[in-house]
Amino acid sequence: MDIKNIKSEFPIFKQKINGKPLVYLDSANSSQKPKAVIDRLSNFYETEFSNVGRSVHTLAVKATNRFEATRDMLKRYLNAKHREEIIFTKGATESINLVASSFGEKYINEGDEILTTELEHHSNYVPWHFLRKNKGAVIKFAPINKNGEVEIDEIKKLISDKTKIIAVTHISNVTGAVMPIKKIVDIAKEKNIPVLVDGTQGAPHLEIDMQNLGCDFYAISCHKMYGPNGLGVLYAKKKWLDDLPPYQGGGGMIDDVTKDNITFADAPTKFEAGTMQTAEVVAFAEAINFIEKLGIKNIATHENEILEYGYEKLQKNNSINIIGSPKNRGSVLCFTIKGIHPHDIATILDDEGVAIRAGHHCCQILHDKLGIAATARASIGVYNTKEDIDILCKAIDNCKKIFQI
Amino acid sequence: MELKELYQEIILDHGKNPRNKGQCSGYSHNAQAHNPLCGDKVHIYLKLDNEKKVIDMSFEGEGCAISLASASILTETLKGKDLSFTKKVTEDFLNMVKNKTKITLNSLTEDQITTITSLSGVQQFPMRVKCATMVWHTFLSALDKKN
Repeated sequence: MDIKNIKSEFPIFKQKINGKPLVYLDSANSSQKPKAVIDRLSNFYETEFSNVGRSVHTLAVKATNRFEATRDMLKRYLNAKHREEIIFTKGATESINLVASSFGEKYINEGDEILTTELEHHSNYVPWHFLRKNKGAVIKFAPINKNGEVEIDEIKKLISDKTKIIAVTHISNVTGAVMPIKKIVDIAKEKNIPVLVDGTQGAPHLEIDMQNLGCDFYAISCHKMYGPNGLGVLYAKKKWLDDLPPYQGGGGMIDDVTKDNITFADAPTKFEAGTMQTAEVVAFAEAINFIEKLGIKNIATHENEILEYGYEKLQKNNSINIIGSPKNRGSVLCFTIKGIHPHDIATILDDEGVAIRAGHHCCQILHDKLGIAATARASIGVYNTKEDIDILCKAIDNCKKIFQI
Repeated sequence: MELKELYQEIILDHGKNPRNKGQCSGYSHNAQAHNPLCGDKVHIYLKLDNEKKVIDMSFEGEGCAISLASASILTETLKGKDLSFTKKVTEDFLNMVKNKTKITLNSLTEDQITTITSLSGVQQFPMRVKCATMVWHTFLSALDKKN
């Protein structure tokens, strides 16, 4: 596989959008899927499908083995210490909800503080809000600086004796700021505070080594990593999984059930109630294979090259304002054009086959702070090329032409 | 899909220079709405005369060209009109966008019909329909919301 011609691995690029070749710049929203992942999904349904972890028949054994093989693969890919530290969820959102709910139930009480940042996606704010509402917890937001990044000192300043958990994003899905997770973990460790990382944008673009990062929880959305939809991963240190109460109740997660009492299975099963996304988990192994064949470092180098090219080109355009100028930027370019609302930009770009996202990108706190209601966002995936950026820029010129600016 | 049907000259003009923007003095009714998907906001102010006539109306809001133009066109068309008439125009407008019907109200001038009809381009852009319709729904709810 050659990264320069990687589009050919993705069947979606065979079609035309509004008569034009598809320029997909919405990978921060969801990435496209390589043929290997799509084929694995249908092949699994055609030849191997069964529910996992329950029946003893041949197909059940086969499906269970495939399912658990992905867990082993992720243990290796994330450099987790134990395979039990990998929990499958329906997405990073559920991963964070799981932690907020189970950790919150046991460790967060009235007046306790949850430390987060102004950069967070709603999925790393709303779950904590439930604890504020139901338990009287306090949420503190480390502010952004003028570059759209959160400085380590701002986090340090807000840590108090009441801080029970720090929940931060790995990469902002708006300003693109890459957060200094290791440094945050180091500070938190001094005070014995666990750290949850929302890795939704981090995992598809960075090397994610749990021993290196040292965080307690890491949330992943598989659909942004060229994997199937409806699947996420929660990495959690074993000590937490052994300690925390279950998140949801149902089949599979129990040890013993009587009319008077219920005991629960050990992790990871304790946190995987009900029928899991069998085919999606199996096919996700192909997404990891895809990433590993190319090499995450090569993917990052390629994406950064496109990102930098895009940044330079957009910056030269006087009517464009790029949101955020973090020292370390990952995968996203949010921008506004004077006199054209982002939604109009997105519609006009779509006419040229260019797919971007417009809106507040589920970051209302951040947009309020920036004083803008909405931005247009071009986000980069492995399949993007410099030519895609050129087409984006031409389409932006068309926006200006239509709006006569 | 025809982009030029969506971004007609009339719409761009109303979008860039929206009429009746601000808070009209002595308003008696108001309502607001927002679209959580895109962050568009609108706040409608009405000054009603004995619940029979819209003496004055205005709007505040931020949003795309379509939503601003729609709000501007709504206020321009309905200001000074009888309540029953404003409801009929709203009904006709929503029907036009959703069911592709034509606006045929006799009491509207040809110019007014052309202006309102310019918003029918959203029919071809399902994700943008709400941009055009939100303010009209907000107008209807404002009629029920006395200060």
